[in-house]
Amino acid sequence: MIHFTAWTVSQLLLTLPFILAFIMYITAAVLSSRRYKPWPLYRTICWTFGVLFAVITVVGPLANLAHTNFIAHMLGHLLLGMLAPLLMVLAAPMTLAMRTLDISLARRLSRILRTRLSRLLTHPIVASFLNLGGLWLLYTTDLYTLMHENILLHLIVHLHIFVAGYLFTVSMVYIDPIAHRMSFLYRSIVLIVFLAGHGVLAKFIYAHPPTGVPLEQAKVGSILMYYGGDIIDIVLIFILCLHWFKATRPRIELTMR
Amino acid sequence: MAIKNGDGNKNANFTNRSIYSKRNLWSGFLFGIGLAAFIDETIFHQLLRWHHFYDKSTTDIGLISDGLFHAFSWFATIGGLFILADLRRRNAFWMTRWWGGLLLGAGGFQLYDGIIQHKIMRIHQIRYVENVIVYDLIWNLLAVLMLIIGISLIIRTSRRKQPGKAVSHEQ
Repeated sequence: MIHFTAWTVSQLLLTLPFILAFIMYITAAVLSSRRYKPWPLYRTICWTFGVLFAVITVVGPLANLAHTNFIAHMLGHLLLGMLAPLLMVLAAPMTLAMRTLDISLARRLSRILRTRLSRLLTHPIVASFLNLGGLWLLYTTDLYTLMHENILLHLIVHLHIFVAGYLFTVSMVYIDPIAHRMSFLYRSIVLIVFLAGHGVLAKFIYAHPPTGVPLEQAKVGSILMYYGGDIIDIVLIFILCLHWFKATRPRIELTMR
Repeated sequence: MAIKNGDGNKNANFTNRSIYSKRNLWSGFLFGIGLAAFIDETIFHQLLRWHHFYDKSTTDIGLISDGLFHAFSWFATIGGLFILADLRRRNAFWMTRWWGGLLLGAGGFQLYDGIIQHKIMRIHQIRYVENVIVYDLIWNLLAVLMLIIGISLIIRTSRRKQPGKAVSHEQ
């Protein structure tokens, strides 16, 4: 019973930040829409679904099943570490914060976004390393088993999966303002290497299941990770290429006028 | 750059496509790699189920090569099509040269997949049957055929770089 309660607390602790983030976003969207032009509805929808996917991963039936079932765990990884961050990045939360906060606070936020630490964390290579490195550590060492025994570890791993996924997405597609912009080619190459690393890890799990994971579950989980990762990364690649396409549009007609 | 954008003006397209000759080749090449990988994935992995997701005899370098090519092919498909859209908006699309690039990319990928990845790195076989050599031969011959046609198209379009020369643009 004590065990059950502790896990419930842990689940609530993981849910809380997402619920707060949701409330703050909706409040900001409503408030700033009164002062300026309406905040785009699709961004609010992206944020809502992003939060929703993150929450169903950390609390409820899927989260409970993920304790014992590797396939459910992998689905959770795709939702919490890839899909939720992508949707939440597309919701442009920093842009919304900037137009909602008063000028002095907005300036402070902008200063935080330009600090060396934040530049470092949103550098494509650093963010990829945090993301992929964390996954390699989780699935190729005993961390996966330990995580299911130790609540604190469980909390840290799940927070890391989300935060690393978010930083990675931010470093790849520029929706919100970012202090240091890397070229499209640079980001493309890092994205390809990251996607390759993700695929290699998926196939590695197929052949070498983490300790305590039944072979059949490892196989299905591995295939889910491989193709699920593809689907989400195709969206990332598409957005990156679309931004490149827009940035390199011919400007001849303008100069001729 | 001197881009002429006359509506329905074929001469403008002749000039522009010479300027963007290289980009036509790249667009086709990237899309060709992506297309070959896509056909490999949908038909041979998913529909026929001849290719296996994982083969125990896969070497480590095979796993990495497969991962990199798999990732790159997704990027190449999408990127190649965006470059094609870019050529269209610049009125610089060159069909013959683009197809040359496509066949070069598709043939090159298929030959690499058929010789290096299947045979040397042993990531998986084309089909798990006894006379797999027949499959290998057809696979690689098709790849070489695509390469030959692709390269000949590229050579043919390289000779006619001079804009304004009265040449037919369809081959």
